[in-house]
Amino acid sequence: MRYLLLIYTPEEEGTQSPERQAEVNELYNTFTREVRSRNAMEGGEALQPIATATTVRVRDGKTLVTDGPYAETKEALGGFYLLNVSDLDEALELAAMIPGAQWGAIEVRPIWELGG
Amino acid sequence: MGRHRGPADLGARRLSLGSDEPSPAPEPGSTPGGAIEHAFRQEYGRVLAGLIGQFRDFDLAEEALQEAYVMALEHWPTDGVPSNPGAWLATTARRKAIDRLRRARRYVEVQAELAREVDGEEAGTTVFADDRLRLIFTCCHPALAPEARIALTLRTLGGLTTPEIARAFLVPEVTLAQRLVRAKRKIRDAGIPYRVPPDHLLPERLDAVLRVIYLVFNEGYVASGGDTLIRLELCADAIRLARDLVALMPDEPEAIGLLALLLLQDSRRAARLDAEGHVVLLEDQDRSRWDAAEMSEGRGFVERALRMRRPGPYQLQAAIAAVHADAARSGRTDWAQIVELYDELLRHDPSPVVELNRAAAVSKAEGPEAALPLLDGLIASGALAGYLPLAVTRADLLRRLERFGEAADAYREAIDLAPTPAEREFLGRRLDEMVARSAAR
Repeated sequence: MRYLLLIYTPEEEGTQSPERQAEVNELYNTFTREVRSRNAMEGGEALQPIATATTVRVRDGKTLVTDGPYAETKEALGGFYLLNVSDLDEALELAAMIPGAQWGAIEVRPIWELGG
Repeated sequence: MGRHRGPADLGARRLSLGSDEPSPAPEPGSTPGGAIEHAFRQEYGRVLAGLIGQFRDFDLAEEALQEAYVMALEHWPTDGVPSNPGAWLATTARRKAIDRLRRARRYVEVQAELAREVDGEEAGTTVFADDRLRLIFTCCHPALAPEARIALTLRTLGGLTTPEIARAFLVPEVTLAQRLVRAKRKIRDAGIPYRVPPDHLLPERLDAVLRVIYLVFNEGYVASGGDTLIRLELCADAIRLARDLVALMPDEPEAIGLLALLLLQDSRRAARLDAEGHVVLLEDQDRSRWDAAEMSEGRGFVERALRMRRPGPYQLQAAIAAVHADAARSGRTDWAQIVELYDELLRHDPSPVVELNRAAAVSKAEGPEAALPLLDGLIASGALAGYLPLAVTRADLLRRLERFGEAADAYREAIDLAPTPAEREFLGRRLDEMVARSAAR
């Protein structure tokens, strides 16, 4: 089954030292290697900070573009993995291994497989 | 309606799916309707687990079993109750499920799966026991909301109806039905596996299963409102589930510990409340009203679990209950041993409530002056602020130490925390006594 693992972490605007950033990157590289070794990797990316986000809505045929998401939240979507694993237990096991799980939260969502 | 379920020893009363010839007459003295209801209740969980195992679809399994029940109501009064009602229901429900799948043109998809299951049946009926165990772990999966785990376990394994569960937990039937629908949908759509967890997940998952069973029991045992019959049913169901779990996982000492704990608590049920329905403290209970047979069965399970030398919180709580049970025979409680068991329990499962219980045991073993500093430490930590048993225990210690003025203040504090008139009245009598004795000095 396929799952999207959404990584929600607090954004520390530029407060992280370069050493810490390098350390976090290495932790993510290790995790990505683990996922690849299980042949579970279907995709995954890190996202630019939420300050770069733009929200689009269409109402009555008119497109409304606004800066950022409306709600200010403590934890923001910072990245994701799309994984193909045997069941929810394996997805949860991998979610717990994502470095951000230690300072943020991982939302595990099954992919709605349409058609097929 | 009482359920006379014996020990669910799957080894002894495994369903043999081959022999379902009807017996000529129902049991003497039982009405056909009652016998059918009884058989259905008795076999519901087992049969349903098997069907879910075969079809991997909770709703299909439930609907098919319901249809089989309707068939039983039609045929058994005239043909007699089959010698093996569970097998009859399983076979009939299976046919009904296949009919439903055919109508929905999904039959091809599951045919391969069914062929595999039929092989399993011919090889032996252990498939059946495995299904039940898998179902317990699926229903108690941590990805489900705690209240949904309880409802789903009772519905699928306990054989309680949705209205019964709703009444037991004092929630509207619609709410409970929605809870069940959401849980079943999540199991299917989120890919919650239908299996006994692998070893590295087992301790945590088994813990979740044990907690569900314990909460079911507690709801039946402790709750003071609601329907008495339903609550008895909850206790009976929890004990039966614990028995099943022990039969399915005989090498898990904590499962045995839980069963022991439930049996020992249940054995004191009749003495727990007085004629007005007020809770009677353990030390004031009429011990002749304790159920000796249930108590000795519980004690046996404690011993069996502790012999495995892998102690855990349920075993230790059961051991403490067993020491209290021994007092029913000897007339004196071995408080020193209870303190030791609480020490061990604190090592496994540290919590301020356990510390409070330990302090109460210390006051019995060594005297109130030894326990008072322990309570003051707990109060200073602030972990149990507003917790009535803490306030009451402290007031009682001061009373026993004959520090009547301080005791009076402590009882006033406790009265402010007491939720029921009966408790306030009881504490009020103690307060009056303290005020009088303090004035007499």
